[in-house]
Amino acid sequence: MSSLTQMFADCRAADRAALIGYLPAGFPTVEGSQQYLAAMLDAGCDLVEVGLPFSDPVMDGPTIQAAADTALRNGFRVRDLFTTVESISAAGGRAVVMTYWNPVHRYGVDAFARDLAAAGGLGLITPDLIPDEAEDWMAASTAHGLDRVFLVAPSSTEERISMTAAASSGFLYAASIMGVTGARDAVSSQAPQLVERTREHTTLPIGVGLGVRSGPQAAEVAAFADGVIVGSAFVNAVSSGEAAVRALAAELSSATHRTPVTA
Amino acid sequence: MTHDEDRDKHGPDDRGHFGPYGGRYMPEALMAAIDELATFYDKARVDPDFVTEFERLLREYANRPSLLTEAPKFAEHAGGARIFLKREDLNHTGSHKINNVLGQALLTKRMGKKRVIAETGAGQHGVAAATACALLDLDCVVYMGEVDTQRQALNVARMKLLGAEVIPVKTGSRTLKDAINEALRDWVANVDDTHYLLGTAAGPHPFPMMVRNFHKVIGAEARAQMLDQVGRLPDVVAACVGGGSNAIGIFHGFLDDPSVRLVGLEPAGKGVDTDEHGATLTEGEPGILHGAFSYLLQDSDGQITEAYSISAGLDYPGVGPEHSYLKDIGRAEYRAVTDAEAMEALRLLSRTEGIIPAIESSHALAGALKLGQELGPDGVILVCLSGRGDKDMDTAARYFDLVGENA
Repeated sequence: MSSLTQMFADCRAADRAALIGYLPAGFPTVEGSQQYLAAMLDAGCDLVEVGLPFSDPVMDGPTIQAAADTALRNGFRVRDLFTTVESISAAGGRAVVMTYWNPVHRYGVDAFARDLAAAGGLGLITPDLIPDEAEDWMAASTAHGLDRVFLVAPSSTEERISMTAAASSGFLYAASIMGVTGARDAVSSQAPQLVERTREHTTLPIGVGLGVRSGPQAAEVAAFADGVIVGSAFVNAVSSGEAAVRALAAELSSATHRTPVTA
Repeated sequence: MTHDEDRDKHGPDDRGHFGPYGGRYMPEALMAAIDELATFYDKARVDPDFVTEFERLLREYANRPSLLTEAPKFAEHAGGARIFLKREDLNHTGSHKINNVLGQALLTKRMGKKRVIAETGAGQHGVAAATACALLDLDCVVYMGEVDTQRQALNVARMKLLGAEVIPVKTGSRTLKDAINEALRDWVANVDDTHYLLGTAAGPHPFPMMVRNFHKVIGAEARAQMLDQVGRLPDVVAACVGGGSNAIGIFHGFLDDPSVRLVGLEPAGKGVDTDEHGATLTEGEPGILHGAFSYLLQDSDGQITEAYSISAGLDYPGVGPEHSYLKDIGRAEYRAVTDAEAMEALRLLSRTEGIIPAIESSHALAGALKLGQELGPDGVILVCLSGRGDKDMDTAARYFDLVGENA
């Protein structure tokens, strides 16, 4: 059983959804991102998604674009990703990496998988790599024991959901809306329907992301999904400092319990 | 026109690969729309009604066929080789771009979509897209890098006059690649009623194949005109390459003529030994950007680097995947031309032939001057004059100091 599979099983046993928090490595600096990611895990995240800042993040809205720009301007290099993941795994935390595909291709798909596994990373979320083009990654992830988290979207056909689920491991990332990343006021009505459709094709845990920023929204998602994924809200919280990051993680985490905890 | 002729033996395969290049490196959210587009296009291109309507618009609206003009006085500066110009500058809207936008706008109607988004660098594609949308009653939104809206203010005014909304893009390098990023972000959020009218033979499959096929008319006409007017095929076909749509269109007329060399001219900007160029095929390395695997300007971490050219239509760090394939198999050659060489060719053609070319096309002309020296007096060169220079007068006036106190 992979570490992610175990995590989702534990959460399910506790009748709650997993809280998955995103922050780009190197944002605002390499040391800063390590500090904030550790705080996110300490304050309630079950898993962190460590973003690899990319020059052309076409699936990201203004918040994460700006964070990636900041990280790159502050000198982020791909090698810093691995040290960041290592800082998390060394402290007993769980980390996956979210990355556009070109930096992985450039590094060498097998070498990237090798170095990520060596750093204690658990897998990759790949927003612009679909299973159709993922032959190298399928081989490398298998060779190095990493999970493959592909995305499904409200527009995905049944055929594509089935194919994508079959290629995935660890969990599936359900994009709750048709759009880019960014905090939104309401949870999309498309999300529960997408999760329901996806469950027809797989027993993999399903994490829902895009647009979740508050406790009430997290609770709404936790009611129908196995994981609540929060990105831009954590990026925004960083500008207010570690206490704000911790407070957000704690608020979201308590909202992931399906049966309210009594004191 | 049959399916097989259209997809033809030069590729791509069913998954959109030209050798290792091309494919679909796209967010899953857009896959349904891309599949829908591919399905509609596959039907349309073999539908006589669609083909007839497309050809009628090219003939009666876009002013095709475009002329083939010999440029003898210009050629005196090219070692005496004969130079022929394929006059895409005489098309409606002033460039080859009209071919593709008419095809895709017709397809948009067929898909029942009402809104079109497009990216533009120099504004040629944006103006063409706005034109086709005005003609076919489609809403049009054009994303344009903020830097380019300043370089090409007149084209912004043109697009607005044609009824399009122009959105200046303020992210990244604020040029063409960022305009494409922003268009993709719009598309993913509005894909139900919106078609992304991509302006070059790049992006995810089926765009490279589809855009190429809409531009194949350039090469087909030019080949027939060469045989008719000159009685022979050219030794070399030269075309500028940014994303590479005019080049792939004219090259395809000659791919099966082994005696014809195909030469693409990329922007060397201030020189390929500087950081300021856009010579993707000559200086880049293969990678993934905007949905396809192709040559890219990137650093050792795989971050995309900014391209530079005096021409707003050529400063793109990627290139259409079929060009990457043609380079690797050796069927086409790619060379880089500096800003200074291109601007000198622009001035030379203006003065010798009375034709003011676009700065983009001037890269092909500069390449032809060198190729002529190499070929000698028996050489025959066909140049794709992909656009006219009116839109570039502001840049040219500043470059040659033609206005103001010192003019």
